[in-house]
Amino acid sequence: MRGQTIAEKIFSQHAGKRVLAGDNIIATIDLAMATDGSGPLTLDFFRKMGGVKVFDPVKVVMVFDHYVPCPNDKVAAMQDDMRVFCHSGNGQLMELGEGICHQLLPEKGYVAPGALIIGGDSHSTTYGAFNALGTGVGSSDLAAAMISGRLWFNVPESIKISLHGNFQPRVTAKDLALYIIGRLGADGATYKSVEFAAAEMLSMPERMTLCNMMVETGAKCAIIPGDRITQDYFASNVSFVLADSDALYEQELVVDLATISPLLALPHQVDSIVSVDQALGTAIHMGVLGTCTNGRLEDLRLALEVIGSRSLFPGIELLIIPASRQVYLDALRQGIIERFVALGAMVLPPGCGPCCGSSPGIPSSGENILSTANRNFLGRMGNVKSNIYLGSPATVAAAAVTGVISDPREL
Amino acid sequence: MIRYEGAARRLGDNVNTDYIISSRRKRDTLNEKELCKYLMEDIDPSFAGRLQAGDIIVAGSNFGCGSAMEIAALVIRGAGIPAVVAKSFSRTFYRNAFNNGILLVTIDTTEIMENDRVEIGLDIDGISVIVNGVAAGKCAPLTETMMQIILRGGIVEYIKEHGGL
Repeated sequence: MRGQTIAEKIFSQHAGKRVLAGDNIIATIDLAMATDGSGPLTLDFFRKMGGVKVFDPVKVVMVFDHYVPCPNDKVAAMQDDMRVFCHSGNGQLMELGEGICHQLLPEKGYVAPGALIIGGDSHSTTYGAFNALGTGVGSSDLAAAMISGRLWFNVPESIKISLHGNFQPRVTAKDLALYIIGRLGADGATYKSVEFAAAEMLSMPERMTLCNMMVETGAKCAIIPGDRITQDYFASNVSFVLADSDALYEQELVVDLATISPLLALPHQVDSIVSVDQALGTAIHMGVLGTCTNGRLEDLRLALEVIGSRSLFPGIELLIIPASRQVYLDALRQGIIERFVALGAMVLPPGCGPCCGSSPGIPSSGENILSTANRNFLGRMGNVKSNIYLGSPATVAAAAVTGVISDPREL
Repeated sequence: MIRYEGAARRLGDNVNTDYIISSRRKRDTLNEKELCKYLMEDIDPSFAGRLQAGDIIVAGSNFGCGSAMEIAALVIRGAGIPAVVAKSFSRTFYRNAFNNGILLVTIDTTEIMENDRVEIGLDIDGISVIVNGVAAGKCAPLTETMMQIILRGGIVEYIKEHGGL
């Protein structure tokens, strides 16, 4: 009998039997999360399915993060519907301005090692940073799970990624994520679990960035094995889920972090990956620093470190979007927000911002945007005549002071 | 058990959910019958106008990649498209489509052209595709759960009947 991957073990624990890749199962879920992007349809489905009460209101969380502050009366009505639903004993609500779901769930203690979490948002893979299995689903799956606490799954095959070495200065987990996306392609891990073997060199925020972006390879989930850093984060005795040494993988990649340089995804494909060197000098009109990928304190601090004593390039628009109210407060108290405002940057409320064009910050026609977000599809930020480049907080900062794509190591 | 026949509406690789329906359209309504006027507008503004109910979308690899937003599947259904044939699908779109009674068929679509006549047949042995009268591919049978869901036209009827999964 062969050993199991982390995904096979977590699904086994939630199916009540030993399962392997390829099995079709019904599993119990530990948490169902909806945003104001997916929640309105979820409530629609919930009612059509005959739902009255959720299976467990402590395990249902709804987050307002896509439309912050609310842009019009129609969205206001949808958010109100979710508000009333939660306030009627059907779930925990996180209000406008509290932050992005993928930052808030870990911050507020909803994510634990070994948990099976479904989110009405594709970047729910982020929870793998905490040794949990997080996966994105649509509104009907979410509604079905909210009714019975169960959902069907196909147990995925796994891709093993072994990391070793350390990053060069100003090279980050975002560059590593882009590197892996470039290697696997936008559908290279479709239906599969991406599992990292040993990641001790990565901090918790770096792990979140990495697991967040693995959905851009098509992955169902991305999971980091529990270790000392996980233990420290939870500051209590938690048990981890680790892969067996004789687990079976569909393929294995080995990555030496020291060989990775600052990378970019070129418009309009997430897997159109080049080294920053190959795009040096391209004019940038807007920089976006934030989103569920890179809106944490460490990201903001790194950007300021790269900016140093320089000014912003004349005319460039720099948007700062802290991933949560906690991040915002910490950045305020540490003088980070003051520095950004003094530089001439705009600080937006915690939320998804203009990442998918849902909240303000829409670029104008002909503009090139360099963003720390996770997608650069044509029209993604609300204008089909703009071009979105994806890079790390250091690379965004380098462009913010030079007005062009620049190597953050050279500044 | 299920049979569809319609004209192919051809698309390429990596058609993501933002292309299927732009997020900016969702600010005003989530009504699929309204939103289907904007289907694929960012990559082909004339696409929605050319469509007729019963047409079948034929795409390349990774159809439905990107967001997990279910409105992408609903808008396709709203346009009257009963099935999508592609080289591969993103997993969230795959689930969302089946949950709403849209049949997805994974076969090599390289040779299928715009306006080709596509026939799709689902039974317990799998899903077969005939293009312009010639067999064009077959994919594996659905799992029991998925079969039960698609035969009821989606997950809503399944849950109403069973009270949950």
